[in-house]
Amino acid sequence: MTLDPRKKQELEAKIQSYVGVESVVGTASDLVNEPMIRHWCEAMGDDNPAYLDPNRAKDSVHRGIVAPPPMLEAWVMPGIRPEWTLSVEELEAQGRTIHKQAELMNVLTEYGYSGVVGTDIEHGFERYLKPGDQVSATLRIEDVSEEKATALGIGYFVTVKRSFRDQNGDEVGWNRFRILKFWPAEQPAAASNDAAPSANPTRLQPPRGHDNVWWWDAVDAGKLLIQKCDSCNTLRHPPRPMCGECQSLDWSGVEASGKGTVYSFTVLHHPKFPGFDYPFAAALIELEEGTRIVSNVLGCDPADVYIGMPVQVSVEQVDEATKLPIFRPVK
Amino acid sequence: MANSIADQTAIVGIGQTEFSKNSGRSELQLAAEAVKAAIDDAGLQPSDIDGMTTFSLDTNDEIEVARCVGIGDLKFFSRIPHGGGAAIGVMHQAAMAVATGTAETVVVYRAFNERSGRRYSVGIAEGIVTPDLIHWSWYLPFGLLTPASWVAMFTQRYMHEYGCKGSDLAEVAVSTRKHAINNPNAFFYGKELTVEDHQNSRFIAEPLRLFDCCQESDGGTACIVTTVERAKDLQHKPAVIRSAAQAAGADQENMTSFYRPSISHLPEMDLVAKQNYEMSGLGPDDIDAGIIYDAFTPIVLFQLESFGFCKRGEAKDFVKDGNLEVGGRLPCNTNGGQLSEAYIHGMNGVNEGVRLIRGTSLNQPAKNDHVLVTGGVGVPTSGMILGQAS
Repeated sequence: MTLDPRKKQELEAKIQSYVGVESVVGTASDLVNEPMIRHWCEAMGDDNPAYLDPNRAKDSVHRGIVAPPPMLEAWVMPGIRPEWTLSVEELEAQGRTIHKQAELMNVLTEYGYSGVVGTDIEHGFERYLKPGDQVSATLRIEDVSEEKATALGIGYFVTVKRSFRDQNGDEVGWNRFRILKFWPAEQPAAASNDAAPSANPTRLQPPRGHDNVWWWDAVDAGKLLIQKCDSCNTLRHPPRPMCGECQSLDWSGVEASGKGTVYSFTVLHHPKFPGFDYPFAAALIELEEGTRIVSNVLGCDPADVYIGMPVQVSVEQVDEATKLPIFRPVK
Repeated sequence: MANSIADQTAIVGIGQTEFSKNSGRSELQLAAEAVKAAIDDAGLQPSDIDGMTTFSLDTNDEIEVARCVGIGDLKFFSRIPHGGGAAIGVMHQAAMAVATGTAETVVVYRAFNERSGRRYSVGIAEGIVTPDLIHWSWYLPFGLLTPASWVAMFTQRYMHEYGCKGSDLAEVAVSTRKHAINNPNAFFYGKELTVEDHQNSRFIAEPLRLFDCCQESDGGTACIVTTVERAKDLQHKPAVIRSAAQAAGADQENMTSFYRPSISHLPEMDLVAKQNYEMSGLGPDDIDAGIIYDAFTPIVLFQLESFGFCKRGEAKDFVKDGNLEVGGRLPCNTNGGQLSEAYIHGMNGVNEGVRLIRGTSLNQPAKNDHVLVTGGVGVPTSGMILGQAS
């Protein structure tokens, strides 16, 4: 499940238009006050007397109770029904308006990126807040990333900076919060699951061990190797530790010319697994050196692949995590 | 042949659960029910069993099944690897154990929730479940992840070399469906299939279509092997194991033997055939019916050639004209096979082979002297010939 390219283009134009946009978040409903400070400290397990004990706080450098700095955003939080859970009509009925970040979140949700997770936050503080201060906040959408592949699913990172000011208009602090708004990845599909995802980003990684790591390391370096027995010169693939012809344990890897022909192939349709765009061709390639290798034929319609088709290797990064020797038709 | 297992042993009891898409109970319960049913069918007591064998892939420990069923002391237990290739490998184990006197009465069982639990159709896509990590590295990243995809690679080449068509594969599917129509235990009981239906079904892994693939199933089956002498005193007509054999071919891989000079035939099944014919003294003309492992339609064609029912490349013609149906040259998979009855890893076919010898199949051919039963294809495999008691 993913967007078709046209819808994706439309979405990306919309969300990129939010970059640089500023918006009023609002003014705190309550002045900074001791009961809310106490609740916050209880919830967070913070027993600093500067926040809780008027007598001891009086003798501190603050000369009285102050609010914990990390509580800054709490003063302007919208309550248990944040604006992005409400329709525009509901918000207007409550005399609230939707700020631009919430609007951007709604756009992403509409297009299927319904998951949300905070990824990291930075804070900056100018001064401690004291009971009686009134906090107001504005925000600026600093960045909307390109589509990223993550373990949770594909999505966009949205970076928002909030600035907090007091009743005099002086800045008291800021934070920069990054959110991933994602298309929830689905579980690997059972064979009959037609709604299998192709959105999950990377292919299954080849396990590497003693007997094959050298071959995959060469692929990482852009080469297709064939194992050659140092004793009888027989080529073999897939690699094995001993030569089946002469039982020698000595071997080396020689670079293949990369020229070959399709010996057999299958066009895969179902079940659909993450990391692959179906339908696609998996093929058994006979290299001109004589060994065969399973790979993919890319660069043509899978329906145009045929037995005997001349192909040439190309070591390519097929997704963020996967570099493979794949084959393309010889023009 | 010295110390041959030929004609020493017989299958004297068969049992099975219902076959379903969701059994609603544990694999252990399915195994226990099937084993109990087989012991009852043989007219034996659980305490008569002194050996057990099953697939390496079976999750039901022999001793757990034994405790459930009340089987006491065991003198023999073993496991056979390579998925469906073990189907007759386990029969071979039982026959060897009984023929050598290692055990007297062995129960062979296989039970799984293969549809409602872990489905084999997802192949290795859920990650590596076997210790042969390196082997799969050559296939995983290229998306060759499922049994259908592995079989498709052989099939494409076979079809290319011999001019076999998708409609030829359809003949196999249609023949199993004709048998399933009469079998209330079959998923496709009462449901017809035409070549056109097959040809209109969607591709899974080209050239394989939906109806080229078997039915993923929950269920359990079991059978009892004992000596031909003891079989004489039991309640059913015994199915004598005339011969049984395992084989792995040169340059064999597990499902991906793509590197042999030719990939359009099965050297391991050729070797299973050769051993069975030598051990039994029989030939293809003596075989009256077949349970030919049919997880996918094309593998039936490959095996018909391995066992010499036709020449190499000619199975596409052999499967036409109703040759695989009752009244044809080689009635095959008369229970509906794994394509149309259920996929119990070939072991439901063993039970049907016994019914054919007894004369109690729902699609019983008139002549039933010898029945061939084979194991899974693409892996190290197995096969046996069942016959009548002398």
